[in-house]
Amino acid sequence: MDLGLTETQQMLRNSARDFLVAECSTDYVRDMENDHRGYSPEMWTKMSEQGWQGLMIPEIYGGVEFDFQDLTILLEEMGRYMVPGPFFSTVVLSSMAIMESGSEQQKQEYLPQIADGQLIVTFALTEPSAGWGPKDVSLRAADNGSGYTLNGTKLFVPNGHVSDLIIVVARTGQHKEDISLFVCPTQTEGITHTLLNTIASDRQSEVVFKNVSLPYDSLLGDLETGWDIVSKVLQWGTVGKCAEMVGGAQQVLDMTVEYAKQRTQFGRPIGTFQAIQHHCANMATDVEGSRYVTYQAAWMLSERLECSKQVASAKAWVSDAYQRICALGHQSHGAIGFTKEHDMQLFSRRAKAAEVFFGDTDYHLEIVAKSLNL
Amino acid sequence: MDFKFQNVDEDFRSEVVNFVDTKLPWNWKKCDLDPEDEKDSVLVGQFKSKLADKGWLTMAWPEEYGGQSASHMRQVVFNEEMAYRGISAGDAGVRMVGPILMLYGTEDQKNDFLPKIAKAEINWSQGYSEPDAGSDLASVQTRAVEDGDDFIVTGSKIWNSAHADSDWMFMLARTDTDAPKHRGISFLLTELKDVEGVTIEKIPMMWNAYRGLATFDNVKVPRKNLIGEQNRGWYVGAALLDFERSGVDRPARARRILEELISFCRENKKNSRPLSDDPIIRKELADLSVQIETARLMCYNVAWMQSQDMIPNKEASITKVYGTEMLNRLYTLGMKIMGLYGQLGPGSKLAPMDGRIENAWLRSFGGMVAAGTSEIQRNIIATRGLGLPRG
Repeated sequence: MDLGLTETQQMLRNSARDFLVAECSTDYVRDMENDHRGYSPEMWTKMSEQGWQGLMIPEIYGGVEFDFQDLTILLEEMGRYMVPGPFFSTVVLSSMAIMESGSEQQKQEYLPQIADGQLIVTFALTEPSAGWGPKDVSLRAADNGSGYTLNGTKLFVPNGHVSDLIIVVARTGQHKEDISLFVCPTQTEGITHTLLNTIASDRQSEVVFKNVSLPYDSLLGDLETGWDIVSKVLQWGTVGKCAEMVGGAQQVLDMTVEYAKQRTQFGRPIGTFQAIQHHCANMATDVEGSRYVTYQAAWMLSERLECSKQVASAKAWVSDAYQRICALGHQSHGAIGFTKEHDMQLFSRRAKAAEVFFGDTDYHLEIVAKSLNL
Repeated sequence: MDFKFQNVDEDFRSEVVNFVDTKLPWNWKKCDLDPEDEKDSVLVGQFKSKLADKGWLTMAWPEEYGGQSASHMRQVVFNEEMAYRGISAGDAGVRMVGPILMLYGTEDQKNDFLPKIAKAEINWSQGYSEPDAGSDLASVQTRAVEDGDDFIVTGSKIWNSAHADSDWMFMLARTDTDAPKHRGISFLLTELKDVEGVTIEKIPMMWNAYRGLATFDNVKVPRKNLIGEQNRGWYVGAALLDFERSGVDRPARARRILEELISFCRENKKNSRPLSDDPIIRKELADLSVQIETARLMCYNVAWMQSQDMIPNKEASITKVYGTEMLNRLYTLGMKIMGLYGQLGPGSKLAPMDGRIENAWLRSFGGMVAAGTSEIQRNIIATRGLGLPRG
């Protein structure tokens, strides 16, 4: 049992923190909330120079070949500094899907470009049905003799409008799990993006596919067995999202403790009042729990151990815990924390989005219930 | 990062499980014993002797004192398996008096007591709380007045196990009423049996067991029973040997209760459907499962920190608050699942699960108050842990 970071992980955390303190201030985060792209291409390039986009990509494809646990250490920092942009969709969802199920040709074509920051990719799974299972996928890909024709709508697609490629999860057969994945260039005729106005001020779109033609070699993995890949991507995405949330939660706690020391009322710092002390103690407990339940799931995924219960437990816990943390953070900050100028609301709005992505608490508790033979 | 125990520790786990299954003098699947209850203490004492024979009772003690210098994670494995089976192998002599003697005792004191403690031959009672000194422990008023080679002790100690056949009490007593409160306290050992001036009463608790009230009326305690320096008792009593203090026993216990509740829900019906089909019950049981898992991991982290010579001030308080409150939520859920039947306690006809949930629910409130109330623990997390200024 060793719950400490390796030397490499410690270095990764320290260098990420140094980089993000310099490059990702909350002013930048605020600016990007109103920016059409939602991120700075210059910063994206700098991140690739740090090796981040290629963190898990094998060295033969231009990456650094670290493991998933290492990636979650980086994601924790990115959550702490609220890094905007297409990193999560490109790296955690799409590059992992390609590594897991791409043909050698697809790996050689896409992975090096992802690693050096040239290619931005998103993963389009959810639809207006707003669910995370195969039955929630209606978008059809029909064999047209010379390739596939895609028709349907994807919703809550992250960063689609700035992506070069979209990995589309489509229905190719009659049975519930007849699902296949396709790599689709965003500029293909028939694709329309509408940016949504979201609570986290991130860049999610409705993406409509009308008679979109794709060649046969756009198929990622095998026909009809795409859900196996989607299941894995969902596990990585779920735990990756938890890691971001842990980083954000720690920052909210730190901010709240600092405020409690500074802000005075009734002639003393509000941190001397038990009510505030107990709020902070409860927040610290929630951060502590979030951290270890996430690390365990990340470790198990890294070790390729069967861990659907642990992944579900992590997301169920962290989703609720981060909400409690933000609520107490707001309560402790008082009115100033509600202003747009203050950082507190940057976190709480993102916490809400993270709560519902990759399944909320209720969704994951049902998975846990099944694993308990209930 | 690695969430697996080492192979040697897993092998030890198997050894412990096997030993308990063959040597425990009661059926752990049917009942839990309370070492502070005089009805149970005889059987608990028997088992403690067996653990002592194996060397497991003092496994955390340094080898120079006959222990095994067991690693923190090794202790965690042992404590987990004991707690899962509802066995409290905790012994105040082993965990508190022994270590205090090792750190502060004279050679004579160590020779007089340590071997007997290691063999579980002394039943200790903790003389800390008083009727007017609970959370504010340093305000203890039990007086120890110097009189030649003795102290004359007058006062009361409450909520202890003195009524349950205790031989000795270790106590915090005031030896200097002029000094600031923390600096006028001494750490004394006193015999309880057949000692003039000692009266022990049983206080009935709502969970149908007792706690002790020990009253001292000019009791003679020889000076040789003073441990450490006079008036430095508060600091002597605060010394902790490096036992693992993760609190892992709570999630281990909870995991077993959850398993029993799940079986209960699968086997019992409401409106012709198994309780386990009810979406509300499914969700609440799953939620407790997640809480138990999270608690377990937080506890492992406390022990791991100790193994790295880090001091888990905030983390140990976190696991204490979280673990005790989680157990209360678990038993509350159990009572909710049982509905009207939840009223039936041990010994009643038709009591589900032998009434253990009813009894444990009542006891679980005690957990949130004993050994540092949740409020005190939260204060500690905030001030010592997070650095918030004291009021």
